Amino acid sequence: MSSETIHTEHHDEHAEHDTMTKKRIWNVFFILLGITVVEFIIALWLVPAGHVKVTLANPIYIVLTLCKAFFIVAYFMHLKFERIGLVFAIIVPVLFIIGLILVLTNESHHWIDLRSF
Amino acid sequence: MSTTVSQIDEVKTTPWAGGRSPFAVEYGKMMMWFFLLSDAFTFSSLLISYGALRFSSNAWPAPDLVFQSVPGMIEHGAPLVFVGLMTFILIMSSVTMVLAVEAGHRNAKKEVVGWMIGTIIGGLMFLGCQALEWSHLHSEGFWWGAIPNMETLKELFHGAPSTTYAHQFANLFFTITGFHGFHVFSGVVINIIITINVLMGTYEKRGSYLMVEKVGLYWHFVDLVWVFVFTFFYLV
Repeated sequence: MSSETIHTEHHDEHAEHDTMTKKRIWNVFFILLGITVVEFIIALWLVPAGHVKVTLANPIYIVLTLCKAFFIVAYFMHLKFERIGLVFAIIVPVLFIIGLILVLTNESHHWIDLRSF
Repeated sequence: MSTTVSQIDEVKTTPWAGGRSPFAVEYGKMMMWFFLLSDAFTFSSLLISYGALRFSSNAWPAPDLVFQSVPGMIEHGAPLVFVGLMTFILIMSSVTMVLAVEAGHRNAKKEVVGWMIGTIIGGLMFLGCQALEWSHLHSEGFWWGAIPNMETLKELFHGAPSTTYAHQFANLFFTITGFHGFHVFSGVVINIIITINVLMGTYEKRGSYLMVEKVGLYWHFVDLVWVFVFTFFYLV
């Protein structure tokens, strides 16, 4: 029992070395802000001016959103610094959600043909 | 025989052999992660049904026409400005939350309290903004099961307006942002409780500010969901 306690404590000490420092927190904040600004530029300027088509803009938004999600989960929620077992326990079920999204967006394109209104 | 026993003993020394957490996180923190995963499923099912309905529609209220006012300041022609402010507030409050967790690692009680209060203020500002957004849409005629009259609807669609899709938009918008807003509200309440505990020195006596970390996880999750709501309601 005591060896376990020592082990966990040692892990915590180790984790504190490569964990969130103030500098890193603000770096992540500016990345998130930057990505949001890019999204705004696309939505308010590039699409209305006709430089980017809506069909291209939507996938770009989704990719940028997933980037933001990565930074929030990995750094703010500290998942990047957890054990690989916990990372997989959280990430793998989410992959199934992404699978469902792909299936239903594909399916919904066929629903249009079935609609009578 | 003896080799088999020693092999079993060898297996028992691995992190996955039981007796200790293979994840090396405290019980409550792991359960918070699994709760958030289940919550992610709930939000995903809402957003996926929204996406499926929207992609299978011929027309949809255009975000740049529906959300183009800043309540109390600009009535028309400012798309995404107000929601941009809301996004900024929520990301900012996420940052103050990590700073509170970081201060907790150093056992700096005063700093934890300061950052937690900042987070609570951010959460309340967001809720206030959302209330304004809701009341603006309500004043136009949107509500659960209710849509504006045809005159107003014509201004909200690029092309021919559809009452069916306006209804779907209204129901989905209020349900999903409402469910998210409820999470923000409960997050603010939990943050207040934790801040009171910090002030009373509960975690100082306990020797660790792990509880701040756990509510931090919840708060970041709320921010995370907003990132998706923002993209799928306001940008796409």
